[in-house]
Amino acid sequence: MAAIKNAATVAGLVGGAIVSGSVHAVDLPEDRAETMYHLYDGGGVIAQGPAVLVRKSMLDRVALSGSYYVDAVSNASIDVVTTASKYKETRDQGEIGLDYVVRDSLIHVSGSRSVEPDYQASTLSVDLTQDVFGGMTTVTMGYSRAHDKVGQHGTPGWIDTARHWQYRLGVTQILTPRWTASANLESINDDGYLGSPYRLARVFGTYVHENDPRTRESKALKLSTTGDITPEGADNRRAFRADYRYYWDTWGIRGHTLELGYNRNLAPGWLLESFVRYYRQNHALFYSDNAPQQTLYVTRNRELSTMHDFGPGASVSYTLRSVPGKYDVKLSATYQFIDFHYADYTDARTGKPYSYKASVMNTVLSATF
Amino acid sequence: MRAFRPVSVLVLAGAAFVLAGCAYKPIEPWVKPYERERLADPVMKASLNELPGRQQDHVYTVREGSRGATGVQGGGCGCN
Repeated sequence: MAAIKNAATVAGLVGGAIVSGSVHAVDLPEDRAETMYHLYDGGGVIAQGPAVLVRKSMLDRVALSGSYYVDAVSNASIDVVTTASKYKETRDQGEIGLDYVVRDSLIHVSGSRSVEPDYQASTLSVDLTQDVFGGMTTVTMGYSRAHDKVGQHGTPGWIDTARHWQYRLGVTQILTPRWTASANLESINDDGYLGSPYRLARVFGTYVHENDPRTRESKALKLSTTGDITPEGADNRRAFRADYRYYWDTWGIRGHTLELGYNRNLAPGWLLESFVRYYRQNHALFYSDNAPQQTLYVTRNRELSTMHDFGPGASVSYTLRSVPGKYDVKLSATYQFIDFHYADYTDARTGKPYSYKASVMNTVLSATF
Repeated sequence: MRAFRPVSVLVLAGAAFVLAGCAYKPIEPWVKPYERERLADPVMKASLNELPGRQQDHVYTVREGSRGATGVQGGGCGCN
């Protein structure tokens, strides 16, 4: 019921925005190909693998895309080593998409499937993009529906399922010839098994299986602004970006994300992207490091604890070859550092609040044609 | 008779002002297409490539309680 109400609200808001302005033709996303090698290393977890993406347009109205992403995970995180034994597994995710320009709208339809030995997720998405107000305002709306199957090592078949509904609404506004601003709202509703069959909670100092509620409704609002801050007469373009996201859900979590970015052309063919990100949240209503009383719902999932993380990142891209109007080929490398701190999740090995540092890296070879 | 509240008067005055503006002088797009060259420059994008955004979104979604409104479309994952 809540899902239907959300859909009606989104449709009403977007419908109002679309009819209130003059329309402007939208473009198909550019033809491109990317290959990436990615690596995450932190807190005893190493996740790495290749990824590839290809998109090609046809007849100026349709673009087909496909992507494949592999996550080979070696997990020896703190909750795994203190209550179980480390393991390795691979997650494969494939996605196909179709972009279609009809009249003055861009419609994107995609389907994806993520497969792990003990988890399968299938997602269908539809997104609509429309330029209004002489192209100064872009309105987007989207809907995704996902269905997951949850398994457990050692148990044949699946033990449970989960369903997810996502509603997206966004507006991007050109403010001046140098500045834009945008607002994005997303509502995600879940129903089904939302915990982990392996994760343990602690009650009176004794480890028991966690028990999460079977429904969750969340909303996130992100406000962004991006501006060209190149001084007059300077050759190398510079841009500044500020994002803030507020998150709230029915599990009692409130999250704040702040990200600042600075990009600039270093020299012909060289681009630097840099950013710093800060995130903090309070714990879920049923989260406890060591529950002092027996309750129906209880978890010790540190993703739901009171925590914050902070870190800078930078990416450098170099244009290997460029033929204007035909194609260009770029090579990029990114490094990001993240420092995680947990206020109410104790490291059982030391008795102190847990914290760790992580590195996120990737290198991308991309081409537009 | 019930007296008008100041807030109601302000809302009515505001609505009248907006409607009057709509009737006589509609707002025109003030940044013309030929003035948007700077906005289309790659330096204005948060990320040059698309795949790194998926990696980043996955890293955050697995380790933080918040989710959504990132602009990145991802498939579901077990995240166990």
